[in-house]
Amino acid sequence: MATEAHVQAPETWSPLFGRLTLDWIPYHEPILVGTFSAIVLGGIAALILMTYFKLWGPLWRDWLTSVDHKKIGIMYMVLGFVMFIRGFADALMMRAQQAMAAGGAEGYLPPHHYDQVFTAHGVIMIFFVAMAFITGIMNFVMPTQIGARDVAFPFLNNFSFWMTVAGALLVNISLFIGEFARVGWLAFPPLSGSAFSHGPGVDYYLWALQIAGVGTTLSGVNLLATIFKMRAKGMKLFDMPVFTWTTLCTNVLIVAAFPVLTATLTMLTLDRYLDFHFFTNDLGGNAMMYVNLIWIWGHPEVYILILPIFGVFSEIVQTFSGKPLFGYKTMVWATACIMVLSFIVWLHHFFTMGSGANVNTFFGITTMIIAVPTGVKVFNWLFTMYKGRVQFEVPMLWTTGFIVTFAIGGMTGVLLAVPPVDFQLHNTLFLIAHFHNVIIGGVVFGVYAAVTFWWPKAFGFKLDDKWGRRTFWFWCVGFYFAFMPLYALGLMGVTRRLQSYMDQAWQIYFIIAAFGAVLIACGIACGFINFAVSILRRKELAVGNDPWNARTLDWATQSPPANYNFPQDVVVSGRDAFWKMKQDGFKWSTNYSDIHMPNNTATGIIVAAMALVFGFAMIWYIWWLAAITFIGMIATVIAHTFNYNQDHWIPAAKVAETEAKGEVA
Amino acid sequence: MTMLDTPLTGRVEGPNGPDHHPDHHHASPTPIGFWIYLMSDCIIFASLFAAYAVLGNNFAGGPGPKDLFEPGFVLAETALLLISSVTFGVAMLKADKHDMDATTLWLVITGLFGAGFIGMELYEFNHLIHIGAGPDRSGFLSAFFLLVGTHGLHVTFGLVWLCVMIAQIRMKGMIPANMQRLATLSMFWHFLDLVWIGVFSFVYLVRLI
Amino acid sequence: MRLSFKIPILLGAVASLSACQYDVLAPSGWVAAEQRDLLVISTLLMLIVIIPVIFMAIWFPLRYRADRPDQSDYAPEWSHSTKLEYVLWGVPIIIVAILGVYTYIYTHRLDPYRPLDAAEIGTEIGEPIEVDVVSLDWKWLFIYPEQGVASVNELAVPANRPINLRLTSSTVMTTFSVPALGGMIYTMAGMETKLHLIADEEGTYFGQAAHYSGPGFSEMHFDTLAMSDADFDQWVEKARASNDELSREAYLDLEVPSMANEVQYYSGVDENLFDRIRGLCVDEGKVCMDQMMMQDEMGGGGLDGIANKHMYQYDDQRAIDGFGNLIGEPATPSAPAHGGHADGETLSMNTHEGAAHDGN
Repeated sequence: MATEAHVQAPETWSPLFGRLTLDWIPYHEPILVGTFSAIVLGGIAALILMTYFKLWGPLWRDWLTSVDHKKIGIMYMVLGFVMFIRGFADALMMRAQQAMAAGGAEGYLPPHHYDQVFTAHGVIMIFFVAMAFITGIMNFVMPTQIGARDVAFPFLNNFSFWMTVAGALLVNISLFIGEFARVGWLAFPPLSGSAFSHGPGVDYYLWALQIAGVGTTLSGVNLLATIFKMRAKGMKLFDMPVFTWTTLCTNVLIVAAFPVLTATLTMLTLDRYLDFHFFTNDLGGNAMMYVNLIWIWGHPEVYILILPIFGVFSEIVQTFSGKPLFGYKTMVWATACIMVLSFIVWLHHFFTMGSGANVNTFFGITTMIIAVPTGVKVFNWLFTMYKGRVQFEVPMLWTTGFIVTFAIGGMTGVLLAVPPVDFQLHNTLFLIAHFHNVIIGGVVFGVYAAVTFWWPKAFGFKLDDKWGRRTFWFWCVGFYFAFMPLYALGLMGVTRRLQSYMDQAWQIYFIIAAFGAVLIACGIACGFINFAVSILRRKELAVGNDPWNARTLDWATQSPPANYNFPQDVVVSGRDAFWKMKQDGFKWSTNYSDIHMPNNTATGIIVAAMALVFGFAMIWYIWWLAAITFIGMIATVIAHTFNYNQDHWIPAAKVAETEAKGEVA
Repeated sequence: MTMLDTPLTGRVEGPNGPDHHPDHHHASPTPIGFWIYLMSDCIIFASLFAAYAVLGNNFAGGPGPKDLFEPGFVLAETALLLISSVTFGVAMLKADKHDMDATTLWLVITGLFGAGFIGMELYEFNHLIHIGAGPDRSGFLSAFFLLVGTHGLHVTFGLVWLCVMIAQIRMKGMIPANMQRLATLSMFWHFLDLVWIGVFSFVYLVRLI
Repeated sequence: MRLSFKIPILLGAVASLSACQYDVLAPSGWVAAEQRDLLVISTLLMLIVIIPVIFMAIWFPLRYRADRPDQSDYAPEWSHSTKLEYVLWGVPIIIVAILGVYTYIYTHRLDPYRPLDAAEIGTEIGEPIEVDVVSLDWKWLFIYPEQGVASVNELAVPANRPINLRLTSSTVMTTFSVPALGGMIYTMAGMETKLHLIADEEGTYFGQAAHYSGPGFSEMHFDTLAMSDADFDQWVEKARASNDELSREAYLDLEVPSMANEVQYYSGVDENLFDRIRGLCVDEGKVCMDQMMMQDEMGGGGLDGIANKHMYQYDDQRAIDGFGNLIGEPATPSAPAHGGHADGETLSMNTHEGAAHDGN
């Protein structure tokens, strides 16, 4: 084994730098040095270009400090795509390693590195890609769907975003300073405790998730208050678009589940930092409590990711079928059922931990029951197409791919919910294939569909059709190549997270999977090319305010929407408000009045920057810096509350001018 | 939330001039937003209570509640916090009458009781750690320190907020924005009282009987 | 629950797959075979919904595409049908109900804690064999209490006799898994889990740790040798011929983290060793978990117990760095803060209090 030569440097502590020493800079790892150089060069290039085109001012004023829900939504999407590149690079590294390391071959990643890669892949994809994407979509779409001018607490929204960024940055800093956790994405103790994960890796994990978690929870509170209090006049709960309903249910889940994560990670942090004994083997700790608590958060979390995507597909299906959604009320109740049920199924993640047969049966059956409302949703989408006029635009392509793929993923999910079957398949690559089947087939396909669907609303021009189709086909075919072999391996009993394996018969499957990953890489590349090509050709691709003949209020704004969204208050009666407005030949009155809007503020980004430094200081035991930044955060927030002028009025004349411009477009 | 954010009231009816602020009482999302936040906080406490329930008997051969907790001391601590809730209520009554000085006075009294509570808690923690019954001794003590400590941190944060509130009332007067903030702080303070009643009964009382 | 229709389907599937050691689909033990049956039944049940869904997902958009020649069936406002909704909810509910019944029956029958029942298996099976399993960093220890031998990274069992496993872990969690024989179970330090398996045929089956447990995880696999009774007796003799005995000291040496271990045999095993491992008290001077729990049940050790912390400590001695090297500090009794030294009032299983073993 390669490990004999490797011994971690003994830990030292200095008042100035804590436990951070030069030993922790991985300058001997060519992969990391290469990545670092690329990022530095890219960063310098970006700096020069930004300076040359004098973009710093606009960037700061119009974006970074913006409290506009649409801009924050777009920034979440940017964060999601950037982190997607990082998370996917991890995936490629894993696929390459497993394709190579058969029959005694060690591959190119030793366990010390490989184990960080799979942990980082999971953490990044869930917390900073999927979460960023769905929060971005919810932020961009939901307020306009309910006819609001912004979210309930616009500053808080900006702050939530920057806290998420701070968490994402901490994870990335771990690449070049120190190491990331080697514990799997849920960091089960005792492995993640101080005895068995000695270095700063798990601490990076903990502080990144805690800081980002603050943002997520506050964003959940914010969006809920928005839906409850900011709906257009006349919009009853059962008049809300389905996407808004799924946003509502998702944020209920966020507000109910993320505090459990916060509490659980706090306990693990105290175990590691102050020698508490929540999850240790000795002195009365109980590691199984962590497993229960983390899954009480973790299972709702997957529904947090998928519910808004169900909403996205609902909007897309009805728009491109030229029909209202089939069974709107059923859809809403199905969503609510899933929301409630998602809290009573967590134990199915560890049937094999030795709970009794009755407990296992209970959680197995509750899990299967979730398949019922989910199945109903799928049928509803299908019957929305039935007797419709289905336009095969790119979002619809993703929808079809989603339904087929998700149905397969749902089926393997129910298999895993049957305890005796799970006894065999738990922790195998079958499980990996299952959740990528639903997360890629569901969330990722949904995000691409949503981006294609709402892009013209955000920017005033469509995405290129050809590149959109290429993206889809590479992704779809790539997905099946990448994950069907994993199902097969799972049925051979092959477990997950193997850095190397003896049986060479498995290798061909891993090679096919690696090929699939390369196809997906092409899909991702096509996606980015699509953005670039479309931006370059934006004049040709320019469209009006309602390019898809849509049904909901989000399409009643200009494209891109004015920062106040609607020039006048919207009054709604019934579902599919915009569809009705179009049928009634609705026109905005030209009798504009002043509009009340929140001011931009730098407080969010400043506090989040301090949170980032605070997290870094805590990870490296630099106590003086942690104290300063902690006090700094509180002082900044308090100072912010002394500013009573946090809003302004847009004069009616300005509104008239903006609206006139929109008419022309 | 109310401290951090001037909520956006959404619709603006009629041709209001820039000087005419919309009616916050009617459309403000702050109460419901803060209430939702408190519910999420409640779930943090629920998790910590659950941890205490699971680990509460894991003494690892160390001391248990009967060895460590003094009923009289905890009762006094509880009384301080409960009284502070009453005095906050009085402050709110004064605030409704827009009596700035009386409001300030009762807020200061509330703060003193709150500080007394925190002082007693710190004394207890310090004593326990000093005799070696710190959170590193057993699962039970870990769960105890975290649950009670988290409540204590909340009260401490409430005290900081109280100081800021008093300063803002003195500076700006009993303006609607401050009234809203005061109402939110009052929600927070009473919430902590409620949580403490849970802590008192579940952590101390039933373990001493 | 014998299903007549499953056999031909399975035979076909197995024949085409057996070349690739699909242990889950073509298992070699009764437990795994039952689990496989349930897998097949569940899959078939779900295909009743999944196949139509996939068909409709492709057929509907093509059939109702916007540029179809005859659009007379376009129903722009049709969005509700009570009858259809009954079907949409009803069919999945019925399927889940049926699946639920199967789940209930099989989950109870295949409860890993339940000893195997000859009547259920339907063939002649021999007397059960007891094996105690310990997951160490990063190797498996198998203790045979009846035979008084032990092995590392090799599990030998007589075929056609139930295998009663008791499992625990020395440090972190992992999972014991022999896919050809049946489902897995977690191993956790300070706790005991149980698993009951049987090998129907003689053969060598792949076994592994199926839950990531640290840097040596990938090499934490073992062969399961299912053999005839006579061969098994020979295997036991081979183990008995080993020069090593698994005393408490030898166990503590074995426990030191190591990777890719060779197969190893022990000719004797210290009495109660498994209980001590599970109790985290192989070291001298440690209080065993069960005693600790009894003591805690009676209210703990009181204020005097504060100073005895070192008698309950376990993890710190076993601390490792990121490469799996032991860096744990030898557990010397820390100077008691108050209340004097805890001599005499010993609750630990050992009779004399000495310097605690340093774990090396």
